Amino acid sequence: MTRVVEGGAAAKAAVPPSKQSRGLPRWRRERIAGLLFLLPALVYVLAFYAYPIAFNVLMSLEKYTLKTFVTGEAPFIGLDNFKHLVNNPEFWPAVVNTVWFTVGSLFFQFTLGLLIALFYQHKFPLNSILRALILVPWLAPVLVSGAIWVRLFDQDTGVINFAIHSLGYQGQISWLTDPHLSLISVLIANIWIGIPFNMVILYGGLQAIPRVLYEAASIDGASAWQRFRYITWPLLRPVSTVVLLLGLVYTLKVFDVIMSITRGGPADTSQTLNTWAYSLAFTNGFDFGLGAVAGDILLVIVFAFGMLYLRYAYRELRETAS
Amino acid sequence: MRVNRLTAIGAVVLLVAACSSSSTTPTPAATSAAGTPGATSAATTAPSVAAATTITEWDYQSADPQMTQWQKVLDECTASTGITIKRQAIPRDELINKVLLAAQQKQLPNVLRIDNPDLQQVADTGALAPLTDYGVDLSGLYQNLIDAGTYKGKVYGIAPGINGMALFYNKDMFTAAGLKPPTTWAEVTSDAKALTKSGVYGMAFSAPATEEGSWQFEPWLWGAGGDLSKLDSPQAVQALQFWTDLVKSGYTSKSVVQWTQGDVESQFEAGKVAMEQNGVWNLSALEKSKINFGIVPIPQPNGGAAPGPMGGEVLTIPVNPDAAASAAAGKVVNCLLSDKEMAEWATLQAYIPSRQSVAAQAAAADPNMASFVTAAAAERSRTGPPANLGPNYSKVSQPLWTAIQAALSGAKSPQDALTAAQQAASAALAGS
Repeated sequence: MTRVVEGGAAAKAAVPPSKQSRGLPRWRRERIAGLLFLLPALVYVLAFYAYPIAFNVLMSLEKYTLKTFVTGEAPFIGLDNFKHLVNNPEFWPAVVNTVWFTVGSLFFQFTLGLLIALFYQHKFPLNSILRALILVPWLAPVLVSGAIWVRLFDQDTGVINFAIHSLGYQGQISWLTDPHLSLISVLIANIWIGIPFNMVILYGGLQAIPRVLYEAASIDGASAWQRFRYITWPLLRPVSTVVLLLGLVYTLKVFDVIMSITRGGPADTSQTLNTWAYSLAFTNGFDFGLGAVAGDILLVIVFAFGMLYLRYAYRELRETAS
Repeated sequence: MRVNRLTAIGAVVLLVAACSSSSTTPTPAATSAAGTPGATSAATTAPSVAAATTITEWDYQSADPQMTQWQKVLDECTASTGITIKRQAIPRDELINKVLLAAQQKQLPNVLRIDNPDLQQVADTGALAPLTDYGVDLSGLYQNLIDAGTYKGKVYGIAPGINGMALFYNKDMFTAAGLKPPTTWAEVTSDAKALTKSGVYGMAFSAPATEEGSWQFEPWLWGAGGDLSKLDSPQAVQALQFWTDLVKSGYTSKSVVQWTQGDVESQFEAGKVAMEQNGVWNLSALEKSKINFGIVPIPQPNGGAAPGPMGGEVLTIPVNPDAAASAAAGKVVNCLLSDKEMAEWATLQAYIPSRQSVAAQAAAADPNMASFVTAAAAERSRTGPPANLGPNYSKVSQPLWTAIQAALSGAKSPQDALTAAQQAASAALAGS
């Protein structure tokens, strides 16, 4: 790494003198300059993305345990970690939880975010103040929100059960300790956290749609639903796609929400691949190889959707260009 | 994903370490001798002067009052040995990560204080030196403590104080209901039933998805005659059934699968539970509180005290190329294990002193402590006999706490949960 930087500095110093520049053809000088401009980004990507990812993939092929840190030895065991992980009885539940958590979060965050954004399209008093308030879940530190949700969900003293009681239901809902509800509870909290992001971006998208289209449609006698279906929805599509793809990546990496509310419990019923990877590597048995495999799986999913996004963005770009 | 971050941090730390080690070239001895003792003690490691050594110490007592209490005895040992102790109190969740990174770069502290069930695992990596190599005095200590600290015949970790659990009960509530504290499992249930009313649960324990869950369950498991080597034995099922029934009947809150021992203690001090299973370390706070409490041992099913797991954090000396620093670490550990420091710290912290003679004095001074001292000799090391899991304890403990959570939350029956736990434990042990 240092050598590359030194070489770069030397080359930089070597370019300006007129003697040398006369010796090099113009296209070559431009090429070198281009490479120099590329260098910082390249070093950054290699050091902070490529290296850790490659290391993670390598780790998932090794028996990387507590001992490795002291002895430095991590025997290569091929795909054994993959086999162990897939055969672990907690694997498929974690995958299914991850899918539900992601799909549920995206659907509700997007739908509710869009509804709120549409609502704020109307002019009414205190509009901008209320719009700012909606951002609070997004701005509050997740660990603080998590601690508050734990209190809200508490079955004996929580506000949520109190509200349900006052509506007439007399049973006690164990939001965080019922194995059938724990995932739904963390999902609710995560939806709440994600709505502002969706709302803000979609609101921006809505603002960008020319007013004249709606005016023209009104004159043609289009109903509110038709205006939404044939103007808002198609014109909002590029923004929606970005929001959903970014939301997908954000949701897959959600860790703190679950850790601060249920820690993946009770009995792993709210464990996602992400929190499970953490527990495999850091809290039970310190098997970093196994944790790395779970990381690999998430990586592949995120990568696939990242490519999808790029392809989509590229297509949009070409469509607008032509 | 987290692993990525760890390696990234590792890389950064490595860079920082490389930079700092090159920049801290030892300053000439003349400047450090000139005066300003405060500045020099922090800046120089003084390898040439063998007498006055500075050592590093890491522990996880990062919250008060424990943080200050431990600092007090460290300061006293600095005064008596002349060895400066540079301490870092690291939150418990972060300590292990920090230790792993430090181990990777051979930057471990000279004295490392860790939880006793983790000792075997860390000793197994080869990161620790036997305490006897540095002249640490092990005489008169509880045998279960030595068991917990022994790996392959050598002692790697010893605690100045140990802890244990009992049932704490609210005397006022028991008197008002005309009840006697329980001596059998049936009485635990009937007392809990009689004391449960609106806003008050009869009984509380802690069963989160951490080592705390297994630790709290072990007295019941062992009391029933079960053992960690067979999690699905009829005795183990009986014990888990007992806990599950308490929760199902509503005498114990369903929230116990989330409660830490600290949460349970808050509930007890707030008068929201009539009886709690908790540790001796709560004594000093409880004695200052307004709660009128009593203590009885955790019973076996048909009476008699159940053996509990031994708790406590052990002092270890990590392997270090700097022999002078390790020798100094040995002196400091010996000081911390001396009768005087042990007695003082154990009193502050409400722990049972590890030396039986010192424990007897503590028992004479405080009747509440006396019942814990009586129970201490019967406590078992979690990694030691009869299951002798050693470094593999966590591979059994983790499936166990998961099974407890599954049964208490109603996801599985106690039998099914423990059968699955034994399968998971067997698979994990076979993979090691």
